[in-house]
Amino acid sequence: MSQLIQLAADGQASIVADAWTRVVPPAAGEESVRKQAGKVVLFKLTGEQTYTAEQIANTEIPATGKILVPLTIWQARKAELQSRLAAGELGIILATNETAEALQAEFPDLNTLPLIAVFVERFADGRIFTLGNWLRTRFGFKNELRAIGDVLRDQLFFHKRAGFNSFLIRADRSAEDALASLNDFSQPYQGGVADVPVWRRVNRA
Amino acid sequence: MYKYDPIDQQIVNERVAQYRDQTRRYLAGELTDEEYRPLRLQNGLYIQRHAPMLRIAVPYGLISSKQMRKLGDIAKKYDRGYGHFSTRQNLQLNWPKLEDTPDILAELATVEMHAIQTSGNCIRNITTDQFAGIAPDEIIDPRAIAEIMRQWSTFHPEFALLPRKFKIAVSGTEKDRAIVQAHDIGLEFFKDAQEQMAIKVWVGGGLGRTPILGTVIREHLEWQHVLSYCEAVIRVYNIHGRRDNAYKARIKILVKALGIEEFKRQVEEEWAHLKDGPLTITQNELDRVAKYFEPMPYKTLPAHDASFDAAVASNPAFAAWVKRCVQPHRVPGYRAVTLSLKPHGKAPGDITSEQMHVVADLADAYSFGELRSSHEQNLILADVQVSDLFAVWEKARAAGLATPNIGLLTDIICCPGGDFCSLANAKSIPIAEAIQMQFDNLDYLYEIGDLELNISGCMNACGHHHVGHIGILGVDKDGSEWYQVTVGGKQGNDASIGSVIGPSFSAEEMPGVVQRLIEVYVRERQDEERFIDTVRRLGVAPFKAHVYAEKETA
Ligand code: HEM
Ligand code: SF4
Repeated sequence: MSQLIQLAADGQASIVADAWTRVVPPAAGEESVRKQAGKVVLFKLTGEQTYTAEQIANTEIPATGKILVPLTIWQARKAELQSRLAAGELGIILATNETAEALQAEFPDLNTLPLIAVFVERFADGRIFTLGNWLRTRFGFKNELRAIGDVLRDQLFFHKRAGFNSFLIRADRSAEDALASLNDFSQPYQGGVADVPVWRRVNRA
Repeated sequence: MYKYDPIDQQIVNERVAQYRDQTRRYLAGELTDEEYRPLRLQNGLYIQRHAPMLRIAVPYGLISSKQMRKLGDIAKKYDRGYGHFSTRQNLQLNWPKLEDTPDILAELATVEMHAIQTSGNCIRNITTDQFAGIAPDEIIDPRAIAEIMRQWSTFHPEFALLPRKFKIAVSGTEKDRAIVQAHDIGLEFFKDAQEQMAIKVWVGGGLGRTPILGTVIREHLEWQHVLSYCEAVIRVYNIHGRRDNAYKARIKILVKALGIEEFKRQVEEEWAHLKDGPLTITQNELDRVAKYFEPMPYKTLPAHDASFDAAVASNPAFAAWVKRCVQPHRVPGYRAVTLSLKPHGKAPGDITSEQMHVVADLADAYSFGELRSSHEQNLILADVQVSDLFAVWEKARAAGLATPNIGLLTDIICCPGGDFCSLANAKSIPIAEAIQMQFDNLDYLYEIGDLELNISGCMNACGHHHVGHIGILGVDKDGSEWYQVTVGGKQGNDASIGSVIGPSFSAEEMPGVVQRLIEVYVRERQDEERFIDTVRRLGVAPFKAHVYAEKETA
């Protein structure tokens, strides 16, 4: 069973097969841990993805088919990925600590990408919402915008309103069950990426 | 006050359904503790020392008699027959059962109430002056904008999971009573040179572990842009605020790290994209909401009432209450009444189900059916006729709600502390009670005069101890409970953060320590000087000297 929920142009949600293969760098050594005032503090921020040169070099990229590649991998190995981009077989993964500007520096017209995915390492990292919003409203991205990583049904309604139109539900959860949460609220107060505040939407007088 | 239309009602109803299902999944083991946590928190549900604690929203402190009765009934049915008004004007239940919380929310929804975003890392209940709309020194009634902002922030899709909680306060008076400078965003409303409603925006204030007063980020903001401007501020914070360390995650830390100039530059850059967009509030929408906050249908009354004057002259107990618990009103012949939730020897802010019914009845009989809660943890009848004051006093007194101590030393602001809160270093309520008993002499209290005493059980500062004239903070020393004392804190336009007087004290010492501080004040004060003025004039030294001198000889 697929874990991927997709919204059609008319907003209809369905579970669809995932045509994309996610390119994942091999695991790194241990996380850097520092001591501060006697307490162990994790300096690795949520969503922080800083791959080492070694990881990047050792990342296996499938030779055929649609591939979803972290921005840092693209930056380091774009020569070999160029043809995939031209063939419409390349999507980019942005981590929540990366910026839309960095993405645009690589792809001046974001719409040459059929798919952008934002990876959220922990569901509580709300930067994903601002990134989605920016990509849609500020950078004019029109193609598929996908939430991946720790994506759970109780955040889906927010993801949707922040401009995402596909959602890869975490592997151990049911995508079927998650569908229901896309319609938790029928008439939200504030605007989202695709709508205006309620007082501009309906006459409340 | 604001009344729900079908859209508002549908949102709270849908929320109840959503939360009911989330709780069902949690209890069925389909959601982990960690996954359920932000969901329940955004619904005001903490898991506490003894039981869950449910925080019910009282938006900007306004509540109807009908809602108050419902709260009383809920406290009786699902809790132990009492509730607790918090320093953010909300009501907390200390002993509900987790399984009951969906039903409690469903009951709240029937009276246009909810617990949405009373906790969690999102935009919290917006607070304001308890005398909004009636204060003689009010320039702008900020409640219509506060309501518009409540709606905007409710389930805001972009700001549902911020680095940390986010608190907004609004105020439109000459004398700030909403501590706008101690909030993540503080909005100070005023009339500009064109007589238009405008806003001075403060950012990056907050108490907690790192107490900081806010900085002005914008001197003049037209009201139409308040949503887009706040959205720009919070967006910059959402992206750049720290997420690795909860103690460094508030916006104040970001503002400090970037410096106000750089932070402001980023906000203005973001705002340039949002300004004049769909978030611009229309006159239509302001008018729609503002009509719920129009002045009450007041009678034309003489400024004086002979029977009232006679009662004050002949009844010292009534006169004392009038002096402390009756506040001015902008309409002649009316007054605001503060019902003290600080009887000596009881937990500050606590109110029983029966008392909730009494205050609801008082509101219906004497104050257009409405009440307010204050961040000082008292309740207010905002629109009482002078000729009714005596009757209100008698009834309030019979219900234990007329302790004439508003603004005095025993009107203590106090967090739940170690009796209820799992984060506490030390208990706070018993300290408040012990101090109230030490000063259980009204003549002496009046002699001391205006004094604010605040107690927090840990550095999270729920009791705002940093801005208390006397602040008491629970600290942990090798596993036992100690108390650190500050003096010279103040809320208001000239807010300040108190200074620590020295090493901490045991619980038993605390009433004596407060006593010593008062002795220095009584000895040193000049003319009409208040405690805080004396501290500001003399500094901490004489207080420190007397408190610790006593300690050494003892
Ligand atoms: C009993 C359960 C409670 C818990 C677990 C709790 C927890 C916390 C925590 C962790 C903070 C610090 C957040 C931060 O700044 O990083 C905080 C702040 C605060 N709490 Fe509570 N609290 C509780 C009850 C209350 C009550 C009853 C009140 C009101 C009487 C209250 C009012 C506040 C206020 C005003 C602040 C903000 C201080 C600031 O501006 O930073 N809390 N609380
Ligand atoms: S100040 Fe500390 S002890 Fe008091 S309620 Fe807040 S977190 Fe708990």
